[in-house]
Amino acid sequence: MSFPKICLTTLLSLTFCCLTSLVLAAEDCQDSLGCIDVEAGDPIVLGAMFVRSGAVTYLGDDSLGGVELAILDRDSTLLGHEIELVVEDSQCSAEGGQAAAQRLTADPFIVGAIGTNCSSAAQGAMPIINDAGMVMIAPSNTSPSLTNDDFAAGGSHLPAYFRTSHNGLVEGMRNAEFAVQVLGATKLATVHDGDPYTEGLSQVVADTFAELGGEVVFEGAVNKGDTDMASILIEISAHQPDIIYLPLFEPEANFFAAQMQHVAGLEETNIISGGASFVAGFPENTGDAAIGIYVSGPLVTGEAYEALLERWDDEIGGKPPSGYHAHAYDAANLLLNAVASVAIRTDDGGLLIGRQAIRDALAATENYDGLTGLLTCQEESPFAGDCAPGTALAMFEITEAEVYDDNWPPPVFWSFSEGSSD
Amino acid sequence: MFKWRTEDFSWVDFTIDVLRVLIVLAVIIGSWNTLSSGRISFAQWVNLFIAGLSQGSIYALIALGYTLVYGILLMINFAHGEVFMAGAFSTVFLAEALNRTGFLNTQPMLSIILMILFAGLISMTVAILLERIAYRPLRGSPRLVPLITAIGASFFLQYTFRGLYGSGFKAYPQVKVLQGTVPIGAINIPTVQIFVFVSALFLMLGLHWLVERTRVGKAMRAVSENKEVARLMGIDIDWVIMFTFGVGGFLAGSAGVINGLFRPQGVNFFMGFIPGIKAFTAAVLGGIGNIPGAMLGGLFLGVIEAIGPNLVLAGLGIPGANQLKDVIAFTMLVLVLIFRPQGILGERLSEQKA
Repeated sequence: MSFPKICLTTLLSLTFCCLTSLVLAAEDCQDSLGCIDVEAGDPIVLGAMFVRSGAVTYLGDDSLGGVELAILDRDSTLLGHEIELVVEDSQCSAEGGQAAAQRLTADPFIVGAIGTNCSSAAQGAMPIINDAGMVMIAPSNTSPSLTNDDFAAGGSHLPAYFRTSHNGLVEGMRNAEFAVQVLGATKLATVHDGDPYTEGLSQVVADTFAELGGEVVFEGAVNKGDTDMASILIEISAHQPDIIYLPLFEPEANFFAAQMQHVAGLEETNIISGGASFVAGFPENTGDAAIGIYVSGPLVTGEAYEALLERWDDEIGGKPPSGYHAHAYDAANLLLNAVASVAIRTDDGGLLIGRQAIRDALAATENYDGLTGLLTCQEESPFAGDCAPGTALAMFEITEAEVYDDNWPPPVFWSFSEGSSD
Repeated sequence: MFKWRTEDFSWVDFTIDVLRVLIVLAVIIGSWNTLSSGRISFAQWVNLFIAGLSQGSIYALIALGYTLVYGILLMINFAHGEVFMAGAFSTVFLAEALNRTGFLNTQPMLSIILMILFAGLISMTVAILLERIAYRPLRGSPRLVPLITAIGASFFLQYTFRGLYGSGFKAYPQVKVLQGTVPIGAINIPTVQIFVFVSALFLMLGLHWLVERTRVGKAMRAVSENKEVARLMGIDIDWVIMFTFGVGGFLAGSAGVINGLFRPQGVNFFMGFIPGIKAFTAAVLGGIGNIPGAMLGGLFLGVIEAIGPNLVLAGLGIPGANQLKDVIAFTMLVLVLIFRPQGILGERLSEQKA
């Protein structure tokens, strides 16, 4: 064979080899949304979008602790790769959610995100996460609109979105049933703060209360950051409600409850509070005025949960500052399990993780035994992406023990699963 | 008053006058509708007014810090809300300790004085450090530079205290002697609101005495008038400015404790943000740089916030009137800036000071 022929044959062979390897590499990732290529020795990167600034930073601290413990429980490794957590501040606003999602989606190695805390932030983050082919699993969003894909009716659900927290639709309906059927209330006032979570929940409660034959006598709102509630309380007292539905966060909920006891005409009126006030600080900081208030919140019990609290004390210190750390723990495990189930080991010891495959694996979650119960992710609107067991909720009554003796959570007064008072 | 009636007709003056008339009409119609409906009793109006005065007293104490610093340095110390937070947040732990030992309720007045002094010292230290570290090196630079620095210092302080004390909320313990009400005729006034107003008034009078009747007050006024001339008169400018920051800080810390006794909940690293903005509004309302103006602006803002939504907005049939409390506050600010840019008690500043 002449030298030019040898050169030509070698060149053609090299070209063939290059083309073949390119075709084979392309075949390796057949995921419609693309793949995350984790090389040997590189970490698997998880994103998190939590409140890291502003008045409700405690919500972010609570969820972040849950995620960190879930990672620690796996010795910070998955499939032989170190797990790295990238945390962005989603604040408690749509703009904050957008900014956090943009920062996370700019990193092509992030497999998915845990978050957000607030429903408003989720509304901002969801379209960006969805367009990037990522997934987000929220531990404490409860707005019904987030799992409703009827956009004409105000829904905003996109396939990227999952949550381990309960749906406000369920919570609101049960709260209204509790007010009418258990407490015998006939006149209701609702107060929200303009957040999609509080406004949505108030609306569900008001609608259900009216359907059950009750009269909604006042629907009003305060601002986040308000400390003086005298004005709205005096307005409410003119309507003489039996129950005030108050799905506010700390500290507005504390101010409202504490100042209510000084307003004439509301002596016989009680408060039902939503999950935002399901935090040990609410009775502690409100004082005597919190005694007798009914708080709707997640019912997480069991040995595994007790063990988590012990680890929290060991690793982070003290007690979780809010009630959704177990949901965050479950959310992190759902995502890590989904990644583990779809990751393909490459010849060089790395991983190829399909983004659509992660979504499919999450959507297929059925009876996952988490801290918050058996989680099954639903596909049908208005519960699309809801993974939480709807029964893991209860109505708690605050007693002196929660105000003075550091007891938390309060005793269960009415379980949603049984629909009866204990 | 109505300039457009004269030969110097101007559409701008005409529009502003129409706006004036519309606002007055809206206030009259809204108030008339509310008062004639009888929805809120006289006693409730008085309670709202007193609650507004109490809230306004706290705004006034914080506003004094803004106005003192502006008066002497012509800068807006946007970190002043965090100076307030520093004292209030730090003292909640002292208050808890006093409550645990029972001292708070056996010696309530002594405990309150102790807490005010402690909070005042903390806030004073923070304010002096701010001036020394963040602002003094920038003296003489364009006005935007210390303004941006103040915003940065505000964030720095927020997250420093979050690191120190955590992100959760704390609450001041309730002082038994301040619970209950004082009957005045047929109206019951909460004792704590009387305490807030009286103690704030006492602190304001103290400041007035300090500024008007002491040598250091005279030095503060001199520096405020003209730094160079004051320096030629032998006044240590740096010391006077630092002292002014310290006084503003002490008042803010005291306001923190008084606020904690009035509204015990919601103590956290972010608690200074909104009161800071409101107090700044109050200072501008009253006339920034003017001490009685800041006091009056604070009281005025507190009362307007407490009464405005129910009196005017609800009477006009505006839904969610209580959520528009801040709209009333900031609308007042805009109106004052349109109709009386120097504030209620302010004087027109010379080109040099404006």
